[in-house]
Amino acid sequence: METAISVRNLTKTYASGEAAVHAVSGVDLDAHGGQVVMLMGPSGSGKTTLLSIMGCILRATSGSVRIHGREVSGLKERELPRIRLAHLGFIFQGFNLFPALTAGENVEYVGLLKGLHRREARQRAHALFEQVGLADKYNMSPADLSGGQKQRVAIARALAGDPDIILADEPTAALDSHSGHHVMEMLVTLAHKRGRAVVIVTHDNRILEFADRIIKIEDGKILDD
Amino acid sequence: MALLARRNLLHDKVRFSVTLTGIVFAILLMVVQFGLFVGFMETTSNNISHSRADLWVVSKGVKYFDIGGWAPFSERKLYQILGTPGVTSAAKYIVQYITWKKEDGGTENIQIVGFDPDSGLGGPWNVIQGNVEDLKSDNAVFVDDLYREKLGITHLGQVGEINGYRARVVGFTEGIRSFTTSPFVFASFKSAQNYIRLGEDRTVYVLVSAREGTDLQQLKRDILARVPDVDVHTTAEFSWMTQRYWIFTTGAGVATLIAAMLGLVVGIVVVAQTIYATTIDHLKEFGTLKAIGASNLHIYRVIIEQAIISAVIGYFIGISISFLIVYLSRRNEAAILLPWPIALALLGLTVVMCVSASVVSIHKATRIDPVLVFKN
Repeated sequence: METAISVRNLTKTYASGEAAVHAVSGVDLDAHGGQVVMLMGPSGSGKTTLLSIMGCILRATSGSVRIHGREVSGLKERELPRIRLAHLGFIFQGFNLFPALTAGENVEYVGLLKGLHRREARQRAHALFEQVGLADKYNMSPADLSGGQKQRVAIARALAGDPDIILADEPTAALDSHSGHHVMEMLVTLAHKRGRAVVIVTHDNRILEFADRIIKIEDGKILDD
Repeated sequence: MALLARRNLLHDKVRFSVTLTGIVFAILLMVVQFGLFVGFMETTSNNISHSRADLWVVSKGVKYFDIGGWAPFSERKLYQILGTPGVTSAAKYIVQYITWKKEDGGTENIQIVGFDPDSGLGGPWNVIQGNVEDLKSDNAVFVDDLYREKLGITHLGQVGEINGYRARVVGFTEGIRSFTTSPFVFASFKSAQNYIRLGEDRTVYVLVSAREGTDLQQLKRDILARVPDVDVHTTAEFSWMTQRYWIFTTGAGVATLIAAMLGLVVGIVVVAQTIYATTIDHLKEFGTLKAIGASNLHIYRVIIEQAIISAVIGYFIGISISFLIVYLSRRNEAAILLPWPIALALLGLTVVMCVSASVVSIHKATRIDPVLVFKN
């Protein structure tokens, strides 16, 4: 399996001196295409910080982050959006849909960011809505969707840029068990059938059965892989 | 970008209404304060700027319009001025504080303005009733419609008394305000000379009309070379001298100026705070935008577009209400003026204020703690 994202000796330290907090400390981790990796650990263990660094939205204090072999930790701020747009799809615990846009427009927006024409972005968004089983919800406001439906829209949005790495932060935390199960099935399908690398931060023991790998983190360090 | 910017604004209508209210309030504040200031400036010098004269010849040392009455000079100077090459006409002109006695016996202070009806220089404007030619009759006067009640005038032909002499109202003007409590009353030079008991051969000012294309600065020098003990100013210069005098040497002028500046500052602060709060409200969305691959430039554009849309809509609502206020205030003694150049400048100022405030919040938006987007 190809290594989609690889981090080496990764450290993230907040503040300095005696007040220094090591959110992530000397972490080595590889995530491969076709694999569902779950990062588990108590609150404050550094899971989300690690996910943010892997997603190029937070800079590490030291260490290396490679996406498909390309070192990205030293890239300039203006170069990072292109990396995120090309390789990364995010799914958030709180869905983070734009409430002012319709469900469909939320997904179209990523296509527009990629430079697609409106019509093309819309066609792609419609196809993704079919894929996540929400074809009839395209023009609805996110506020009118259930939690599970919102998360499926968020998955469609994460896929709109056709990324090869999906990073999900507690994707089932706000969902009932049925919706959570459905969302996880979709993420597993993305990994196993479409070859995406899926990295999930979770507290939710109910979804551990979907993992190919479980990595336990505590105090910013990997305890068990 | 425009899609998200527009939708963000319209999505939360209450927030958008608050934003617009802030901008409209700021515009109204600035218009009223600046309008009063512009009205004050205009009112202090409106007789000069509407005089149709090119030059004003005044007694040496006279620094502003209203003081001239205390320093009359010989009308022989009028003939010396008329003999200066480049002068096409020149006319005597009077302005002086004096008392008006109403029919019911009450009195009011007025400023009598005496001009030459033949030349028309310095005469009344905005005439709504009567004919300026009628002022050639002895003791005929024009008053402004605004001051009818103050002067106890109900109709044309009514008679008051100025300094013991009859004054028959033969016409009305509109919008010729005095910024003091003494309204202007227009009469012929001869009548005014009589009212203030000015010597036969005296005048307060001489208004000069120059041949078209004449270099006014050169003409000033030529007049000064011929006529002793006078100062010569262009209309614009004398107007500015008068405005400057009343603005900077009186409490009222300084207070109006400070109020206008405060209106500007408070308006800027209100707009800045409003736009900043609107942007900060959407901070998490901008974080999400960043996470899904939007560049900082893209986020700037969304925020700036929101600011421009808010500014333009807020401006048009604000300026419409402002023109209504200006219209309604036309019959007040305190003038609020909103010239088109200032109204247009306010559009630019509003957009600049909104965009500047949004730039401050952009700074915040592009330095979002990325982990914010992961917080539920």
